[in-house]
Amino acid sequence: MEKFRVLIVDDEDDFRETIVKRLRARKLEVEGVESGEAALKAVEAQDFDVVVLDVRMPGLDGIETLKELKKKKPLTEVIMLTGHASVESGIQGMQLGAFDYVMKPVPLDELLDKMRQAYERKCLQEGII
Amino acid sequence: MSFLHNLLGLPTAKIEYRKLWWQIVITIITFSVVPLVALGAVIYYQFSASYNAKINETLKTLAENRRDSLDLFLDERVSQIISLAHTHTLAQIKDEQYLQEIFYIIQSRSKSYMDLGVIDQDGHHLAYVGPYHYREILKDVNYRNEEWFHAVMSQGFYISDVFLGFRKVPHFIIAVRARQGNWILRATIDSDIIEGLVRAAQVGKWGDAFIINRDNILQTAPRYCGRLLEKPRCPEMESMPDFHQVAGLTLEEIISQGRTFLFAAIPLQKKRWVLVIKEDPSEKLTPLFRTRLYTQLLGLTGVVLILVGAVFVTRAMMGELVEMERKKAVSEDLAFQSSKMAALGKMAAGIAHEINNPLAVILEKAGWLKDLLQEEDLATSPHLREFAETVGKIEQNVARAKKITHRLLSFGRRMEPVTERVDLNQLLNDSIDFLENEARYRNIDIQTDFYENLPVIVSDSSQLQQVFLNIINNAIDAIGKNGVINIKTVHLKKVNQVAVEIHDSGPGIPKEMLPKIFDPFFTTKEVGKGTGLGLSISYSIIEKLGGRMMVASEPGEGTTFTIYLPIGMELGPV
Repeated sequence: MEKFRVLIVDDEDDFRETIVKRLRARKLEVEGVESGEAALKAVEAQDFDVVVLDVRMPGLDGIETLKELKKKKPLTEVIMLTGHASVESGIQGMQLGAFDYVMKPVPLDELLDKMRQAYERKCLQEGII
Repeated sequence: MSFLHNLLGLPTAKIEYRKLWWQIVITIITFSVVPLVALGAVIYYQFSASYNAKINETLKTLAENRRDSLDLFLDERVSQIISLAHTHTLAQIKDEQYLQEIFYIIQSRSKSYMDLGVIDQDGHHLAYVGPYHYREILKDVNYRNEEWFHAVMSQGFYISDVFLGFRKVPHFIIAVRARQGNWILRATIDSDIIEGLVRAAQVGKWGDAFIINRDNILQTAPRYCGRLLEKPRCPEMESMPDFHQVAGLTLEEIISQGRTFLFAAIPLQKKRWVLVIKEDPSEKLTPLFRTRLYTQLLGLTGVVLILVGAVFVTRAMMGELVEMERKKAVSEDLAFQSSKMAALGKMAAGIAHEINNPLAVILEKAGWLKDLLQEEDLATSPHLREFAETVGKIEQNVARAKKITHRLLSFGRRMEPVTERVDLNQLLNDSIDFLENEARYRNIDIQTDFYENLPVIVSDSSQLQQVFLNIINNAIDAIGKNGVINIKTVHLKKVNQVAVEIHDSGPGIPKEMLPKIFDPFFTTKEVGKGTGLGLSISYSIIEKLGGRMMVASEPGEGTTFTIYLPIGMELGPV
């Protein structure tokens, strides 16, 4: 599997930092930001293939960040990460163009699988375009 | 689901209803029966009083009327004799030929004259006309020492009591003193006319009438009360009231041997006689007794109608009331339950979220440890196995905690119908998890026969779970103790549906109850244990989700609920 670029957006520092470390250990290009606003800046500055986006964050929340992000980079795939009873917000996210949603806590392998699938779809769509 | 169970129909409420029932019934009866009885009594007594008054009045009138006739009769006789005595001289009248002529004239008008005699002031018979064979006897009689002779000489006229005399025919005499005062005209009158006049007052079947003199001796022959010239004695009475002293019209009611007799006594004016009339009022009172019977019958019918009406009205009212209370309690209960559930759901979701975040951190940290363990320098560590095992246990327990939080989350999301992908087998397993303890405690074995690769359906998992919980819970209740519950899932490819069959080994449902079990408020559980809403809500949930719910039951064979659900459309890429 080739390398792809991942942005982790989560306000929980411990979670974000650890997952970034672990993904980097798996040879992925990973960045972590703590808020929706920071995420939007990051995608401006740099191209990411897959964004993992926490639904509930202070400030700009997951759904709004997703909307803005899709406006800026429609081809970037987004995986929604929810710790809440938000199957609804997960589904809402998917209607807004997110690739899928994952319930916290999620084993890393599972998340990695989803990221790969998302990256595949992105490649596929870029290829078509 | 069991959260709908509430506390309807407490025993104290029952007692209250009974009390209220009695209060209403007694009030209705009191306010209806009392006026009815009062009305009946007043009308009856008014009627009775006026009727009695009328009877008395009639009797009084009869007595006065008879008295007048008798007086008139006596008066006429006396007047006739007086006219004769005052218009003739002794010389004229003592001529028996002449006297005979006069006798014929007066007898032609009134057969009651029996004879006519002329007596001088010394008591000697001067002339006599009448039945000739008495002439010789009477002619020699001297009346000077007779009581009547003195009375007529001093008072001018005299009417005697009745006597039988030689002729053995009841009669009496009228004697009149002539104007000159030296002779007396004496007539014997047959008392037949008097008898006739008195008899006219013997009304009804048992009525009687008679005349007594001042010595209480009968002057006429009564129908029942004794014989002529004896003291009156009525056979049906223990003692005879004494009327011979009365001064004016007297009415007397006498009760003897349980029977009531009404007496009227009135003295005559011409003679010191008393007319007595006896009546048996029960004869005349028959209409009154009939009225009393009708009044009583009508009253009784009225009371019975009121009683029945009161009971029916009250029963209907109480039924309404109980039903209203019940529905109110149920809807209050539902409102309370739903608000409680909403709050509980929010709380559960909040807790789940708060716990999920730290769980995620723990899982990542454990994962990081695992990653580090695989690096070379640590691989040689003697405790590598221990480390790996510990990390594995941490991950396992995080997964366990995750299972709990996810269950809490699904519990929190029960309110609004949502569309989501539902793995029915998984959902059924979750539902069984909830009730497993209860089932184990009652020695009920829950067996599952799940269709492998059952397609994921699009539905509302929390509402479906509510239905499954309700049915499995009912199954446990139906079995009570020791039994089996079979849960089976089927994929019906032809109709693109899945089916869930829940069978219990309970006693089954009687045939006549089967059509009712989905009705709201239908319950076989004892009062207070169930609202009868569980199955009805389940039914409406399944209908709303586009499915069908059916029941089959044989008494003794258990009950099977079958739920058909559409598979629905895919939601999107997985």
